Amino acid sequence: MQLIRCPWCGPREEVEFHYGGQAGVAYPADPAALSDEDWARYVFVRDNPKGRFEERWSHAAGCRRWFTAVRDTATYRFER
Amino acid sequence: MAEQLPEHPDFLWRTPEPKRSYDVVIVGGGGHGLATAHYLAKNHGITNVAVLEKGWLAGGNMARNTTLIRSNYLWDESAAIYEHALQLWEGLEEDLGYPILFSQRGVLNLAHGEQDVRDSVRRVQANRLNGIDAEWLGPDEVAKLCPIVNVSDQIRYPVHGATYQPRAGIAKHDYVAWGFARSADAAGIDLIQDCEVTGFRTDGDRVTGVRTTRGEIACGQVALCAAGHTSVLLDLLGVRAPLQSHPLQALVSELLEPVHPTIVMSNAVHVYVSQAHKGELVMGAGVDAYNGYGQRGAFHIIERQMAAAVELFPVFARAHLLRTWGGIVDVTPDASPIVGHTPYANVYLNCGWGTGGFKATPGLGWCLADTLAHARPHPFLAPFALDRFVTGALVDEHGAAAVAH
Amino acid sequence: MSRVDGYGRIDRTRTLTFTFDGAQYTGHPGDTLASALLANGVRRIGTSVKLDRPRGITAAWGEDPTGLVQIEEPFPEPMLLATTVDLVDGLVARGLGGRGRLAEVPDTARYDRRHTHCETLVVGAGPAGLLAARTAARRGDRVVLVDDRPAAGGALLGTERICGRDALDFVADTIAELRADPDVRILPRTTAFGHYDDGFVLALERRTDHLAEPPRNVSRQRVWRIRAGHVVVATGAHERPVVVEDNDRPGIMLAASARDLLHRYGVRVGREIVVFTTDDAAHGAAADLEAAGARVTVVDPRPGAGGSATRQAQVVGTRSDAEDGAVTAVTLDDGTVLPCDTLLLSGGWNPTAHLFSHVRGALRYDAELGAFRPGEPLDGVTVVGAANGTFDLAGCLAEGRGETPEPVARTTRVVWRTEGDPARQFVDLQRDSTVADIARAVGAGMRSVEHVKRYTTIGTAHDQGRTSGVIASGITAELLGVPVESLGTTTFRPPYTPVAFAALAGRERGRLYDPERTTALHAWHVEAGAVFEDVGQWKRARYYPRPGEDMEAAVLRECAAARTGVGILDGSTLGKIDVQGPDAGVLLDRIYTNLMSSLKPGRVRYGVMCGVDGMVIDDGTVLRLDEDRFLVYTTTGGAAPILDHLEEWLQTEWPELRVSLTSVTEQWATFPVVGPRSRDVIGAFAPHVDVSNAAFPFMSWLDTEVDGVPVRLARISFSGELAWEVSVDGWHAAAVWQRLLDLGAPYAITPYGTETMHVLRAEKGYPIIGQDTDGTVTPQDLGMDWVVSKKKPDFVGRRSFARPANLDPLRKQLVGLLPVDPDLRLPEGSQIVELTDALPPPPVPMLGHVTSSYRSAALGRTFALALVKGGHARIGERLTVPVGEALVPVEVTGSVVFDPEGTRRDGEPGVH
Repeated sequence: MQLIRCPWCGPREEVEFHYGGQAGVAYPADPAALSDEDWARYVFVRDNPKGRFEERWSHAAGCRRWFTAVRDTATYRFER
Repeated sequence: MAEQLPEHPDFLWRTPEPKRSYDVVIVGGGGHGLATAHYLAKNHGITNVAVLEKGWLAGGNMARNTTLIRSNYLWDESAAIYEHALQLWEGLEEDLGYPILFSQRGVLNLAHGEQDVRDSVRRVQANRLNGIDAEWLGPDEVAKLCPIVNVSDQIRYPVHGATYQPRAGIAKHDYVAWGFARSADAAGIDLIQDCEVTGFRTDGDRVTGVRTTRGEIACGQVALCAAGHTSVLLDLLGVRAPLQSHPLQALVSELLEPVHPTIVMSNAVHVYVSQAHKGELVMGAGVDAYNGYGQRGAFHIIERQMAAAVELFPVFARAHLLRTWGGIVDVTPDASPIVGHTPYANVYLNCGWGTGGFKATPGLGWCLADTLAHARPHPFLAPFALDRFVTGALVDEHGAAAVAH
Repeated sequence: MSRVDGYGRIDRTRTLTFTFDGAQYTGHPGDTLASALLANGVRRIGTSVKLDRPRGITAAWGEDPTGLVQIEEPFPEPMLLATTVDLVDGLVARGLGGRGRLAEVPDTARYDRRHTHCETLVVGAGPAGLLAARTAARRGDRVVLVDDRPAAGGALLGTERICGRDALDFVADTIAELRADPDVRILPRTTAFGHYDDGFVLALERRTDHLAEPPRNVSRQRVWRIRAGHVVVATGAHERPVVVEDNDRPGIMLAASARDLLHRYGVRVGREIVVFTTDDAAHGAAADLEAAGARVTVVDPRPGAGGSATRQAQVVGTRSDAEDGAVTAVTLDDGTVLPCDTLLLSGGWNPTAHLFSHVRGALRYDAELGAFRPGEPLDGVTVVGAANGTFDLAGCLAEGRGETPEPVARTTRVVWRTEGDPARQFVDLQRDSTVADIARAVGAGMRSVEHVKRYTTIGTAHDQGRTSGVIASGITAELLGVPVESLGTTTFRPPYTPVAFAALAGRERGRLYDPERTTALHAWHVEAGAVFEDVGQWKRARYYPRPGEDMEAAVLRECAAARTGVGILDGSTLGKIDVQGPDAGVLLDRIYTNLMSSLKPGRVRYGVMCGVDGMVIDDGTVLRLDEDRFLVYTTTGGAAPILDHLEEWLQTEWPELRVSLTSVTEQWATFPVVGPRSRDVIGAFAPHVDVSNAAFPFMSWLDTEVDGVPVRLARISFSGELAWEVSVDGWHAAAVWQRLLDLGAPYAITPYGTETMHVLRAEKGYPIIGQDTDGTVTPQDLGMDWVVSKKKPDFVGRRSFARPANLDPLRKQLVGLLPVDPDLRLPEGSQIVELTDALPPPPVPMLGHVTSSYRSAALGRTFALALVKGGHARIGERLTVPVGEALVPVEVTGSVVFDPEGTRRDGEPGVH
């Protein structure tokens, strides 16, 4: 169980956090204009790298703020 | 004296040098890759095949899973492939000539609330209409089948009943994998270990070669059977698929005298437990929330698993946690696998089995071999094509499939 | 008896009685079960798992692979090591033949857990650990020192000297200094069993088993969850045997363990002892045993090792003509047969680097040691002393102080096995796995240690390969002709030692397994005899049976009351989210499928939310409280996830929106007052409020006060009847509820539970999200096209409605079902097939399933809701529902089976 650094609260136990997957996947500006393929890519497809991963976390049992962190999915280490 | 496992054969497989070219290259020497190799040779006479394994054969999820075999899935598409697999399991020991210790001891999926009961009845009825053995049992009948389950109301979430699939069972994972491997090897298929795929040579919409840590290998067809590492391979091909890899932990106790005659699963009180052949309690824990390739998870998941186990099985209190470990499960948005075509005409994808991969092993191997032999998806695999995420025709087993594993 | 006067730390003034394998023995406080058995001359403990060969005790502590026992009294516990069981009066145990036995009665002992934080955690109170703890404490750190044995000192047995003093005095002084420091916590009998990221270590404290009379208020075991800035691993080393033919007999043990038994418990393990060693440490053990009166022959193949009495040779086999199967002689490679009653083995030492390995610390093979030791250092972890491969005392002390020790010449000769019959050379004594098994594995094509381990089962037993792992790697490497370092060893995984399930479960059992959430009225419901159902963590009143009533009767009565008179429900568990800010309407427009921003303050609107995949995730009503404030009602189960859903969109996609979200689920108790007479009750409850349809129309709300208590009234109906929801803060909930009951008494107001609520809403075709939907259902499937805005350019999920599968006319759609037999209630979950009087062979095509099914008091018959393929186009058709062996014909109807015109919403026509 890791310590995760909430940007607002500092390091807290992993159990306080909610995982949000890949960061930086913006909601399309005009979904209606997208093809079915492009819409499916937005809805379902996320990166799944082995290694450095920019991802979203929410300090769900704390300040409830979402933040972006970079973690290595092979070692689980967060970049500080 | 405890029950003993049968001995392994005197010879299992060669350690061949990779050839320069194969008709079929299977990436991933786990259960699915080895089963596919076996059925390529057995059903289709295709033996100019290499299985490439980056570590040791069957050392990934095949070595780490909790070996549950069942086919009581809700949706027709899932039921078809898993029931096909279960029927193959029933004849696999003979087929492989290997003592895989397939023990059909039945699985109970416990229901703890009104909605659990509705979902359970729904699944039982669907199973029966699909020709799959399934029953709905009340708490008393649950207690008869597995007397150590706490069916009293002195429990946070009382047991309202359970679905029961009598033909479900467990098998010995290494024996299964090694049985497939030995058979494939004997047919002349090369099982190549310590051989990691580092890239692909492509020509238009075809892959013509596989680059590996042991040199480049030319190929007619490629089947990707890399489970949790599939995304890493797809990245090399520039193909994107809706897959996320998560740690999934499991654990065993010491060897115990028989107390648990069947398999019990529960969603609400998250438990999956069976007692293996030698006597150890085998449990699957929950999936860790974050993406991870580390083959290890967080300890609070194990602690919660132990709490659930003791809650449902009070006699487990002084059993001991002997060993924990982790695998990497690749999960999809609808909790169903992705199998079939890729944008490359001669590359087939097989991934996203989540916690269901082991039980599907012979069924998938059979159907994927058929797919490779005929260069079109086997009918059982067709519903699991990648394009379902575009059309929206998902096979959503989330709400319905009882519990993971 | 092999107890030697003048040795050991046991309390010989007191005698304990215990039973082993049915025979009674005595021992002393301070004994382990193993030491007491050995003191009584019991050498055979059990039989081996596969070959049924006798097994004894081979070590003095947790590394013993063979001395497994079943505890029967004071409480059955399977598979403990006799070496780690504290002897207590009345202990009953038996030797194990492979499998343990669980108790048939519940374990009433208590287990708990504690969290603690420190700058430095030291695991192991041997010389290196003590120095590390002292150094950290003197630096001002908060220190936790855990050690798995009852007393500190580690391998120090009192024969050593530190700084010119008796080593045990040094230990005592150091412990005293640490104890005096308020920032130091010392935890003896505590095993650190798991090490996770960021200095998180789990340790099991055994608190009562060694006590004659355990205090009732002390938990039996406690899991310490320690978060440390720095972890010092000072866990010592395990001695490694040399594999010789027939090395599995009782009376064969590790040399250092024999020494440990002598000095700790005063037990001399034999009179006629052969020590076979390829390492120096065992010579010390030999000398100690000789001093304690044993005749000792040392066999060491290294030229010049030991004194002149040492035989330069190798042991190649053992013999036994004893009844208990214990060793009675050993054979040397020169053919000599040495009679003996004990063979001690030592092939060097394996650093106990488990806790380093748990956090992915890489171990590297050290050919001089013949062992794996910690490789590249890890941040936040230091391995010191024998755990680091530093075996000399001075070196251990130096590393404990944080200094680099003087290099010491290595003298160990690495010998995995001697000549002999591989089939009788045991590598894993618990699994009965031999050198021949390894050879067979290699011959079968196994090239990886993981394959060899699985083929032979070496290292998979209770001891997880403590003594066998490295030897198996070494022998495999020899057979393959490759260096050991190219093979590696199998991975150490938590737990370091077995931990009882109950200890890990802690207090999370029974009512504490998961929190119970109850409403402000819970006591009233209990008093009223409600039957409860679990809805998530909530305890909700399901129905209120009167004497003689079953659920069906109670629900019919409750339903009839709500349809003909007045009923009242505790609906407080519904999720409530206070949405505030100038952009609140914008946010809700993007989240709901329908328009919310056009809602006027004082009005209420029903809405549906979808995920991006277009599937319904929640529904409920929205009250506009003010221009920039809405109150969003969610389903009971949706309270937390929908708040999370809103927060996620707000914070991560639309941070520019000026909106804040707060859960107010717990702040409001909400009571729907339902039925044609509800107006009378509400009118009496709030006489100053005009409750006429004109003044208080459907889907409007207002705030008022009743006797100074702020109350919110809203005309919302989940039943199709005239209804008000009365909301009040939790503190006044019980009083307001009682007031409503009192005022409703003239109209026979009837409290009803969730089951009646479900029937009433189902009669009106209102879906329950999660019951009539399963994550694959769109608003259109529910027949709610009207709730999907055509005006809004976008909202979450909208784009998904245009996918091919969403346009499929054969999608499953919500319809009503009326069984042709009006008395037959379809089981919920039943599957639906085409109309037939005989099922075809499987697979039978299925059309959908029954999602809700009830007996309706209002209709005087049964009915159901169902999801049916192309259901909206099938209204009027007949289908079949298999129920058990029966095939039940049903008619498809619209989903609203009662009052489809909605005439009852405003009360009985003509009234008000």
